[in-house]
Amino acid sequence: MDPRNFTFMFYGFLAAWLIVFLYVISLARRGARLKKELENVRELVSSSQRSTSSPVQSAEPTHKQ
Amino acid sequence: MRERIAIGLAVGAAVLLSYNLYQMFMVLPDEAMQGAIYRILFFHAPSAIVGMIGYFVALTFSVLYLSSGKLRWDSLSASVIEVSLVFSVVNIVTGSIWARIIWGIWWTWDYRLTSALVCVLIFAGYLMMRRAIEEPTQRARLSAALCIFGCVDVVIVWKSIEWFRNNHPGPVLTIRTGGGTMDPAMERIFYLNLLAILLMAIALVLVRTRQEATALQIDSLRRLANAA
Repeated sequence: MDPRNFTFMFYGFLAAWLIVFLYVISLARRGARLKKELENVRELVSSSQRSTSSPVQSAEPTHKQ
Repeated sequence: MRERIAIGLAVGAAVLLSYNLYQMFMVLPDEAMQGAIYRILFFHAPSAIVGMIGYFVALTFSVLYLSSGKLRWDSLSASVIEVSLVFSVVNIVTGSIWARIIWGIWWTWDYRLTSALVCVLIFAGYLMMRRAIEEPTQRARLSAALCIFGCVDVVIVWKSIEWFRNNHPGPVLTIRTGGGTMDPAMERIFYLNLLAILLMAIALVLVRTRQEATALQIDSLRRLANAA
């Protein structure tokens, strides 16, 4: 029997878990980045909507007067 | 709700894996010919099976996208392929480590190994292609076509140990051989580990699908912002 038998079994298990672990880490990082990006885009949309509706808002006080 | 299901599946997978690891190391004996290293089989083959199941599920989603045109199916297909690819890589790496001891080499270009490597390259290319195409409909259509093409290779990977003479061992599971090739106690742990890895893969797909949905939401909000 090859004396490295047990060592290589350990390498096999280590490699399997390492690949899955690295993927889970990358998934978590991607999730955090997407969440941040979604917040930024939402802010961008609301600010652009505010800017398009601002002339109406500024005109309102004039009508009231 | 989806997050709770993902957490539940991950916890179930962790419990089952703990039990399986205990059985593998503390209960099951070494294999007569291979010694301790045969235990790699408990991760090597289930990873391959989970990967192949994933590619066929993705094929179904791709066909559904092509017939309905709904981007939701494309997102599901991409999520499943990404997770399947991870398990295919686990399959190839663990197989290579096993081969180093049993065959004395890290790699050989036999039908099983080569078709499995081609499969990984096709689906890695699938994910790279998706990054390169901005327009969602064009990306979805090309991705579906590539997925269908890739699944032809998945069938070759699956059947290659029956169709061709290989260095790779032939089928050992009772479901394919009719029995007598694997100890029932070992086969039981094999199936339990397959279930554990399958649960883990489903949990990862659920997380990944949510990310794809968020990416689509970002895309549509960007379009809205540009239109405004």
